[in-house]
Amino acid sequence: MAGAALLGRLTWLAAEVVDVVQETPRVRTLVLEADGWTGHRAGQHVDVRLTAEDGYQAERSYSIASAPGQRFAITVEELEEGEVSPYLVGEVRDGDRFEIRGPIGGYFVWDGAGNSPVLLVAGGSGVVPLMSMIRQRAAIGSRTPTRLLYSSRSWDDVIYRTELDEPADGLEIFHTLTRSQPPGWSGYARRVDEEMIGEVAWPAADEPLVFICGSTRFVDTAADGLVAMGYPPVSIRTERFGATG
Amino acid sequence: MTAEAMKLDGNAIGGILIDLFGTDLTAALGVCASCGARGEVATLDVYVHAAGIVGRCRSCEGVMLKIVRSETRTWLDLSGTRTIEIAAEP
Repeated sequence: MAGAALLGRLTWLAAEVVDVVQETPRVRTLVLEADGWTGHRAGQHVDVRLTAEDGYQAERSYSIASAPGQRFAITVEELEEGEVSPYLVGEVRDGDRFEIRGPIGGYFVWDGAGNSPVLLVAGGSGVVPLMSMIRQRAAIGSRTPTRLLYSSRSWDDVIYRTELDEPADGLEIFHTLTRSQPPGWSGYARRVDEEMIGEVAWPAADEPLVFICGSTRFVDTAADGLVAMGYPPVSIRTERFGATG
Repeated sequence: MTAEAMKLDGNAIGGILIDLFGTDLTAALGVCASCGARGEVATLDVYVHAAGIVGRCRSCEGVMLKIVRSETRTWLDLSGTRTIEIAAEP
């Protein structure tokens, strides 16, 4: 025990699923309890490890959806042919256990306050760490002007839709639906591009902080658009997720 | 799938680095031995689909980090990294 503390090593913790929330047909939130969990900062993730009966292990990273101090939860999107996500989205029940390691990350984090406006840009389940930041901002009563540009395939694929329908003061939400839109849709209806970024983002002169999370292509498009607007690259924090789940 | 589409970033190896170094390195500042560019470890271009993990400098694409893991040991090559600056715990 002393050795572990000395090295500050992260050990794998046994986590138990205590609640499951179906967010969309392909996305679930798992509320977890883990002895030894030390809390987290908004934007961080955990590694999840599954061990098969024959000893085979698979690890994947999932962002933490809850704000610090709330019930600890991750949100998982099911990826076709994934090794871990189909189990976490399709099979897991209350009381099931698996191992987690974390919290991880000191770069893609925002503690919810500050004088600079904040721009959050999410592609699909890239909204998860940004939702932790939005929840943290609300939990501490922050007035930091914040905008979320959130790209989803369809209205039914919008994760946290009900919660995002009633944003806290000073939080503006811009949806784009890339594949299908409900009747009467007045929001954006295409992939994020430079023109959209230009319309939604704060002027570079306001010195905003930026957090972008999504697939590699999504992140690169959004970041390039902001650099074209004059945002210094160092003001743009990005997190890419992969195609294996 | 193209290599570009499989590109991740240094956030993805945060857990492995904590395991190796005992501290979170994603916000640590690394200097590329090839071009001298300085940036957070989280900003490395990271590829995890090969036999090992490769982290490349975002500026010059030079290889800054290689990690190969087996069940019995981990092999780490940082010869492409000149320095890593880690902030003291607050």
